Amino acid sequence: MKALVRTGRQPAPSVPVQVYTAQRMRLPRLGTYLSDLWTRRHFAQHLIRTQLRTQQSGTVFGQLWLVINPLMLALIYFVLTNILRERSGGAPFLAHLTVCVFAFHLVSTSVTSSARSVTRSGKLILNTAFPRSLLPIAAVLTAFVRFLPTMLVYAVIHLYAGLPIGWHLLWALPVLAELVVFSLGIGLAVSALQVYFRDLSNFLPYAVRLWLYSSPVLYYVDEVPHGIKPLLAWNPLVPMLASWSRVLPEGHVPHLHLMLQGAAWALGALVVGGLFFVSREREFAVRL
Amino acid sequence: MSSLSVSDAATPRAQADPATPLAVKVEHLSVTYRTSIEKAPTFRNTISRMGRGQRVVREVQAVNDVSFEVPTGTVLGIIGANGAGKSTLMRTIAGILPPSQGRVEVHGQVSTLLSLGVGFNGQLTGRENVVLGGLARGLSREQVQDKYEQIAEFSELGEMMDMPMRTYSSGHGARLGFSIAVHMEPDILLIDEALSTGDARFKRKSAQKMRELVAQARTLFLVSHALGTVKELCEEALWLHQGRLVMRGPTDEVVAAYAEFQEVGETATTLEDF
Repeated sequence: MKALVRTGRQPAPSVPVQVYTAQRMRLPRLGTYLSDLWTRRHFAQHLIRTQLRTQQSGTVFGQLWLVINPLMLALIYFVLTNILRERSGGAPFLAHLTVCVFAFHLVSTSVTSSARSVTRSGKLILNTAFPRSLLPIAAVLTAFVRFLPTMLVYAVIHLYAGLPIGWHLLWALPVLAELVVFSLGIGLAVSALQVYFRDLSNFLPYAVRLWLYSSPVLYYVDEVPHGIKPLLAWNPLVPMLASWSRVLPEGHVPHLHLMLQGAAWALGALVVGGLFFVSREREFAVRL
Repeated sequence: MSSLSVSDAATPRAQADPATPLAVKVEHLSVTYRTSIEKAPTFRNTISRMGRGQRVVREVQAVNDVSFEVPTGTVLGIIGANGAGKSTLMRTIAGILPPSQGRVEVHGQVSTLLSLGVGFNGQLTGRENVVLGGLARGLSREQVQDKYEQIAEFSELGEMMDMPMRTYSSGHGARLGFSIAVHMEPDILLIDEALSTGDARFKRKSAQKMRELVAQARTLFLVSHALGTVKELCEEALWLHQGRLVMRGPTDEVVAAYAEFQEVGETATTLEDF
């Protein structure tokens, strides 16, 4: 069957032209992809806003719940560790525990809520062409916005415990950036995997719990027995949470090597998770 | 079988004015995708399946070496039996599915109203779905605000706009979907089997709106099994069968041939042997 060829027909110059071709490589051009992502940023913003509204944060108790939930978790762990450990850690340990529980909560809600972000948006994906990574990005940023009020709670504990205040606290910002970028990388990977393995989100809570116990949240990183230390090197959250605790409750400038390790894990996760997601996202429409 | 030859199919309008700009150009397009035929893709099933050595990924060749051009302002009907590749073709033109071979060139902004309806999240209100859908299509916030009023008015949903979409009937959903699609001011509008659920009055209203869009020299693709609608709205039609382009030409001829084919039950292979 011959193609219909009409000579002399020129496309109008003013309209935007889209060309879709078969791509041997599964990756779209990254420059185009990123600029597409940027032009749709309002979609992500609005999605974050509606998610915040629907996740019970529209009411007074909903707002409070954002703070109460992680705070209760921290208090439970504080009681638990005080029973298990021979001595009471006192206020400084409470500060370490709460601030690390809050940071871990940020990572775990980012991961668990991005897991379903793609599969939940079936109809939108089937009917609209847009960069799919906006969905996990919005999920992670929503978790980040929900994390912010917990820092006010920590500030109260910090003051109550009489912990040092100074310029070193600003180091918390790059550590926080590492945590968010790392969560985004994992969130991208997990949300794409969820398309292929729908029971992934059922396993996640167990994985997250195991991850919590193997991270320096319920203990200080220095307390880990020497025999287990090499194992901890494989937990990406160890350098980040160690720096986090060193800066906020312990009041020191973080170790450079831990900052660099954290940055490497965060960027590595973003690159690997991002490339995996982007290489797969064109297939989502037939897999949902 | 000259009446089936695609090269005969230039419309009278196109012949009269060869300078009409091109809207869509499809060249040797094939779309093959791999999809899972499992009930639910899970780790559990994957592991138990590996034990049995089964494969559940199936290749579907939905569109097979299709080429055509559509000038701006055409209303093109796309007809064909179930599984002919109509929806896949629409999704490829919209940029949702990637081509496996060939090339698709689209001049202008595309708006889609595809068979699965609108709606993003049943928990969200109609209003939020409209805003999110518009933003996902790449509109700015101001554009969405402007259009929201028109969409709400045209859909005649009134207070239902502020209710969660899960409370909508399928007709309400279809009305909202059509309103969104036509008010995005697309250069090219793709409509896939979406007019069937509205009530008679809304159907008339949407047919009227489509004629308006065409009068503004918009291009419109209409996938429908309702041959009457296709005949009424489209000047040209395209007939797909099992992923292949069988015929393209004036609607009356294509629809007549298609209707005859369905009654007689000829296979596509007999039609391919031109």
